[in-house]
Amino acid sequence: MTISDSRPDAGDRAAARRPSRLFRNLPSKIAMLPLIFTAVVVFLGGTIWTVIYSFTKSGLLPRLSWAGLDQYERLWSSRKWIVSIENLAIYGFFSLIGTLVIGFTLAALLDRKIRGEAVFRSIFLYPFALSFIVTGLVWQWILNPELGLQNVVREMGWTGFSFDPLNNPDIVMFGLLIAGLWQGTGLIMCIMLAGLRGIDEDIWKAARVDGIGTVKTYIRVIIPMMRPVFVTSLVLIGAGIVKLYDLVVAQTSGGPGISSEVPAKYVMTAMFGGQNLGQGFAASTMMLVMVVIILIPWAYLEFGGKKHG
Amino acid sequence: MADVGILAATKAAEQPVTALLDSPRGPKPVRRFSRSNIIIYGTLFVVALYYALPLYVMIVTSLKGMPEIRVGNIFAPPLEVTFQPWVKAWQEACTGINCDGLSRGFWNSFQILIPSVILSVAIASVNGYALSMWKFRGSEVFFTLLMIGAFIPYQVMLYPIVIMLREAGLYGSLTGLVLVHVAFGMPINTLLFRNYFASIPEELFKAARVDGAGFWAIFFRIMLPMSLPIFVVALIIQVTGIWNDFLFGVTFTSSPERYPMTVQLNNIVNSVQGVKEYNVNMAATLLTGLVPLVIYFASGKLFVRGIAAGAVKG
Repeated sequence: MTISDSRPDAGDRAAARRPSRLFRNLPSKIAMLPLIFTAVVVFLGGTIWTVIYSFTKSGLLPRLSWAGLDQYERLWSSRKWIVSIENLAIYGFFSLIGTLVIGFTLAALLDRKIRGEAVFRSIFLYPFALSFIVTGLVWQWILNPELGLQNVVREMGWTGFSFDPLNNPDIVMFGLLIAGLWQGTGLIMCIMLAGLRGIDEDIWKAARVDGIGTVKTYIRVIIPMMRPVFVTSLVLIGAGIVKLYDLVVAQTSGGPGISSEVPAKYVMTAMFGGQNLGQGFAASTMMLVMVVIILIPWAYLEFGGKKHG
Repeated sequence: MADVGILAATKAAEQPVTALLDSPRGPKPVRRFSRSNIIIYGTLFVVALYYALPLYVMIVTSLKGMPEIRVGNIFAPPLEVTFQPWVKAWQEACTGINCDGLSRGFWNSFQILIPSVILSVAIASVNGYALSMWKFRGSEVFFTLLMIGAFIPYQVMLYPIVIMLREAGLYGSLTGLVLVHVAFGMPINTLLFRNYFASIPEELFKAARVDGAGFWAIFFRIMLPMSLPIFVVALIIQVTGIWNDFLFGVTFTSSPERYPMTVQLNNIVNSVQGVKEYNVNMAATLLTGLVPLVIYFASGKLFVRGIAAGAVKG
């Protein structure tokens, strides 16, 4: 990762007296044009455009007639948006905790010099190769109340058994969570496993000499040492949660009723379904705000760590 | 500033790549049948069952007939194996008024995939090369901007892109969708190549410069031949990412005839008309998941490397 800045500069300095600076290193600049266009026009320009238009009355078509904060007021007084935010909070909280705990536990178990590690690892990771659409549809089928898991348990003799999250507004987010955790924990496990492999074996020897138990060593010594890995995982999980969309579309379509709506779906419906562009822009700007809120503490932590170190 | 943070994240995510190949570092179990060993293997085995279950359910359901599904157990293996659901999913499954099966979506996805992957890997490799060896004033600024863009929710940029594509006359066409995939695949792949090229010894670059080689000569004759593994990693990221995409497919295709496979699959399975044919649905789901699954099981450690790098994409 160490990048020496000086390579082309050395050549540049020799040519410093050439008339035009623009033409220096020209092939590189031409080669970078797609990147520059994407970064500046599509990403930066697009984001600014959406934020600006979120303060307008845009409906069927985008138009620049100012509405102040009207779109945001409408957004936050909309029942569907509030439900979306609540759902995202529930899903986000449990997904964050669940992914970290399961990911770390699996990694720690795999790190105990076991046989068949590669087999276990590929079983835990394969769901990550699948799309959220495939994930959502499989779990929709497994959680089918008449023919799926609930039915199997009832046939086994436990006739009163009831587990039908996809048709119960109170627990539908947990139906999604089961699928989401199935798909995403493998990645975090891999990252955690790598973090564990990066820890010096002497730490374990020292802990054993001091007579500290295995579990205690993990909690008191290993996890604090893996702080950067946990921070990376947190950012990955956090950014993924805000984007939650395909899974909901495939597994529940936002139902029953509006009980599993999420912000990303609200945006898509407002923009491309409801011809209500202003709402879509305001809602997507709120999503941007959420990501910024997640990223700021992370950036702060990164720099805080650097300064102290 | 954020650049540094993102790089730190990648760095943390990249360590696994080599570290995963090392031996385990955990404490050594004492005996093979110790109590803790039984707990470890027991837990891993039960969890592995949970992870393997959906794939198993997809396979067995897709091989059963509907009568058997209605009376039977979702986890039971098929009493009578039939490939009819697979044939039906591929050739006859309906989305709206079209009843020519998932094959249409497969070919659409294929037509989207090939140009998107080639273009994005080509552009990203050149970008990464320029960023690590031919820096110019401002090149890092653009790169940082690109990496920040990777964290912005796609929904924020969708509508402006619709307008841009419409102005260019490309909205609703496969070309437009390809360009969108190229743009959104750029951050992660550029980062991948940039870090790879930065790790190549500087002397090599300098020697080539002394010999009079320019930007493209060094790229094609020196860098390209020695970076094949990283190209494979980028290919894996892009193929699985683009094949699994739903959001761009549903936003930037105008008619059901053009839908990529994921969008068509969702429409087939979640269609409200007609009797639900769970076996056909599962065959269709499995068909859509087959491409990334094959890549996953065929590529092994390279996939891990790809997602470790791709992790930044989040």
